[in-house]
Amino acid sequence: MKKTIQYLFSLVLIAGLVSCNNGDNQKKLRGQGGLATNAAERVYVAPGEHDEYYGFFSGGFSGQLGVYGLPSGRLLKVLPVFSQNPENGWGYTEETKPMLNTSFGFVPWDDSHHPDISQTDGVLDGRWIFINGNNTPRIARIGLETFKTEEIIEIPNSAGNHSSSFITENTEYVVAGTRFSIPVPQRDMSIKEYKGNFKGALTFISVDQETGRMAIKFQLMMPGFNYDLSHPGRDKSHGWFFFTTYNTEESHTLLEVNASQNDKDFIAAVNWKKIEEYVNNGGGKMTPTRYAHNVMDMDSHVATSTIIEEVLTVDPLDVPGAVFFLPTPKSPHGCDVDPTGEYIIGNGKLSADLTVHSFTKMLDAIENEKFDGEAYGIPILNFEDILAGVVKQPGLGPLHTEFDDKGNAYTTFFISSEVVKWKVGTWEVLDRQPVFYSVGHGMIPGGNSRKPFGKYFVAMNKITKDRYLPTGPELTHSAQLFDITGDKMELLLDFPTIGEPHYAAAIPAEIIKDKSKQFYRLSDNKHPHATLKSSDVRIERNGKEVHVYMTIIRSHFNPDNIEGIKVGDKVYFHVTNLEQDFDVPHGFATIGANNAEMLIMPGATETLVWEPKQVGVWPFYCTDFCSALHQEMQGYVRVSPADSNLPLSWSVGED
Amino acid sequence: MKKAGILMIIGSLLLLGLFKFPLWNIMLGAPQYPDPLGMNIYINGIEGVKEFDIQNIDNLNHYIGMKTIPKNHEMWEFEVFPKVILGMVILGVLLGIIGFLGKISYKWFLGWLILMSVLGILGMYDFNLWLIDYGSNLDPNAIMKYTQPDGSPMTYKPPLIGYQKMLNFDVDSWPAMGGYMMFAGMALVFVSFFVGKSEYKSLKDR
Repeated sequence: MKKTIQYLFSLVLIAGLVSCNNGDNQKKLRGQGGLATNAAERVYVAPGEHDEYYGFFSGGFSGQLGVYGLPSGRLLKVLPVFSQNPENGWGYTEETKPMLNTSFGFVPWDDSHHPDISQTDGVLDGRWIFINGNNTPRIARIGLETFKTEEIIEIPNSAGNHSSSFITENTEYVVAGTRFSIPVPQRDMSIKEYKGNFKGALTFISVDQETGRMAIKFQLMMPGFNYDLSHPGRDKSHGWFFFTTYNTEESHTLLEVNASQNDKDFIAAVNWKKIEEYVNNGGGKMTPTRYAHNVMDMDSHVATSTIIEEVLTVDPLDVPGAVFFLPTPKSPHGCDVDPTGEYIIGNGKLSADLTVHSFTKMLDAIENEKFDGEAYGIPILNFEDILAGVVKQPGLGPLHTEFDDKGNAYTTFFISSEVVKWKVGTWEVLDRQPVFYSVGHGMIPGGNSRKPFGKYFVAMNKITKDRYLPTGPELTHSAQLFDITGDKMELLLDFPTIGEPHYAAAIPAEIIKDKSKQFYRLSDNKHPHATLKSSDVRIERNGKEVHVYMTIIRSHFNPDNIEGIKVGDKVYFHVTNLEQDFDVPHGFATIGANNAEMLIMPGATETLVWEPKQVGVWPFYCTDFCSALHQEMQGYVRVSPADSNLPLSWSVGED
Repeated sequence: MKKAGILMIIGSLLLLGLFKFPLWNIMLGAPQYPDPLGMNIYINGIEGVKEFDIQNIDNLNHYIGMKTIPKNHEMWEFEVFPKVILGMVILGVLLGIIGFLGKISYKWFLGWLILMSVLGILGMYDFNLWLIDYGSNLDPNAIMKYTQPDGSPMTYKPPLIGYQKMLNFDVDSWPAMGGYMMFAGMALVFVSFFVGKSEYKSLKDR
């Protein structure tokens, strides 16, 4: 009893000491984690110096992809992908409009989630980066020489393209899984009849190794669960793909309660090599559907959109031994595979523990048919027989796990707002650091591949609150950079992001920076409306359509005086930038344009449509400060009444 | 006079480098051009250091009214220089062979060197005349007209050799690989003269 009182007394004393200290330092401690003293030095990239990594952060509801330098956290560029971007005309110019075409028509927006960089032998190779549009299911491919979206493919029979866009270790496939199951084919039916009638499509998109061109190889039509996230097998488990599921209850309403009832949901293990073989031997069923495939031709910079009207579907029951369910506690969210390919981590977001499955044990359970029933004919493996281990009580609300190159895993916890470092194999917790606040994904450069570059960990947080100067009710999302080279993680930096960074991918800068294009060669310009020399400058009328073939070079438009345009005309300005130097884009803007301005890179041609509505003489000008004579880079269009007989004329430098 | 003859032959042959490598190089760097623009001057024409450098230099020069950099066919020099150099190489090699066989005096080697030097100086003089014209014969309607502190119009002649600051540009003008090979060749010929002289002496002393 006396001892107990002594204990209590000393506890109170300690608490007093701590709270005294906290009074002054709480704010500071919270910001720096109390550890990193020379943090500024370690994230400082001196003027003119380059960052060590390119970080590609999904733009979430902005639909774009943010390019950041790491460790500085500096925003280098916002790459337009799924959303119109008036800044450079993406989705507004005639060349780029087809990129945003879908089976629903022109969709100028999306919700971009999970970027993933192409790989060879499980190692980042920096050829392309892929990202999914979650809302109107699409996958985009961005070339890492031009940093331009080169291709967008729509995913049919899908809704809520969330367990995407993750790639196999030789970039054989980009995989897209549906979060929302739907009737396939779509039809008018009662929502209440969801259970047993809806389907969840898992789509395998092949990638041409030369051109990067995507094509849907097959769609695996799974039971109507919610396929949340996915991850390819690595190394020894290469050939398999793993998808977390929730709502295995197949509830159609109030999912926050009804989809959280089962003690265990599943990770679906898909042997895609087996299905690929089945398909290559004529398996699967061609099913009518509609989806858009949009390709930017990189010689002409003109995109075309093609509607494809069928897709090859595969019923998992037709390929025995290809699909299994791994029971995983409590609505697993992230699905992650360690660099060796042995461990499959199910981040059960409503569970307090982390469940780790063993790939070897999984194969053994399949071999020896250690099944625990089935779901819609798909065998469920016995939980205990495939379990590799459990990370006990690491935190609340585990979402995602990334890996370093020293056998450690880093799991993000949304509810307890922290990152926890643990040892793969012993499942022992090594360190935990708070994040501000409520982290979603974490990212280590190469941290989902066979070869992580384990220097930094970036937490992408869902809640910002007081981390920056307040900007009214609407705040930016925040990312936080940790140094993970030591035993303990050290918080180095906070930086704001665009939209909502769901996931990110980063790559050592030296892999791609020297391949980055400086300008397009004019002699390679295959644009059908390009004007490659001044003598080809002209204006042609075809009914109410007027095509202006214009060139630009510092610092004038040719032509810069245009007459003979009439109210009601549809004027196509095909503008070719004749410059052949790095960082000399020109902009083109007309008064009253109902679309946007456009930027034309050196050597490229872009087209903006202008529909003049008022008689008068109207200016156009260069929007991108291009030279000392930029302000002089301007011109006039004379717009005459609709019934005018004034012939077309054009000139530059004439009195 | 075997050694001297060989040196004479090698020295003259080094001039052939001018057909492969630039004689001279002019680089233009500026705050906006961290990766400087440059031109390589060959005996048969001017080329950009990078593919589009000439186009970009011309593009900048039009602001201050400079003429465009001459194309190969626009200057007679680019026709004549290769012939002169080739002639000197043939002459040098012939002198070397005859010298090697001991049929002529080592003084001929010096004669070749003097001729080459005179031609070189004439070439430099001509080159400098072009630079002066290029840098000061400006379009009266130039977009930008700058003046010297004394009020006279600014000229933009790049230095014949060395460094000069011109407006926002740092201009460096130096011999390039072909030029260095030519100088080395001429130096070898100079050496061959003395080697020939000592060979001649030792022959006489015997």
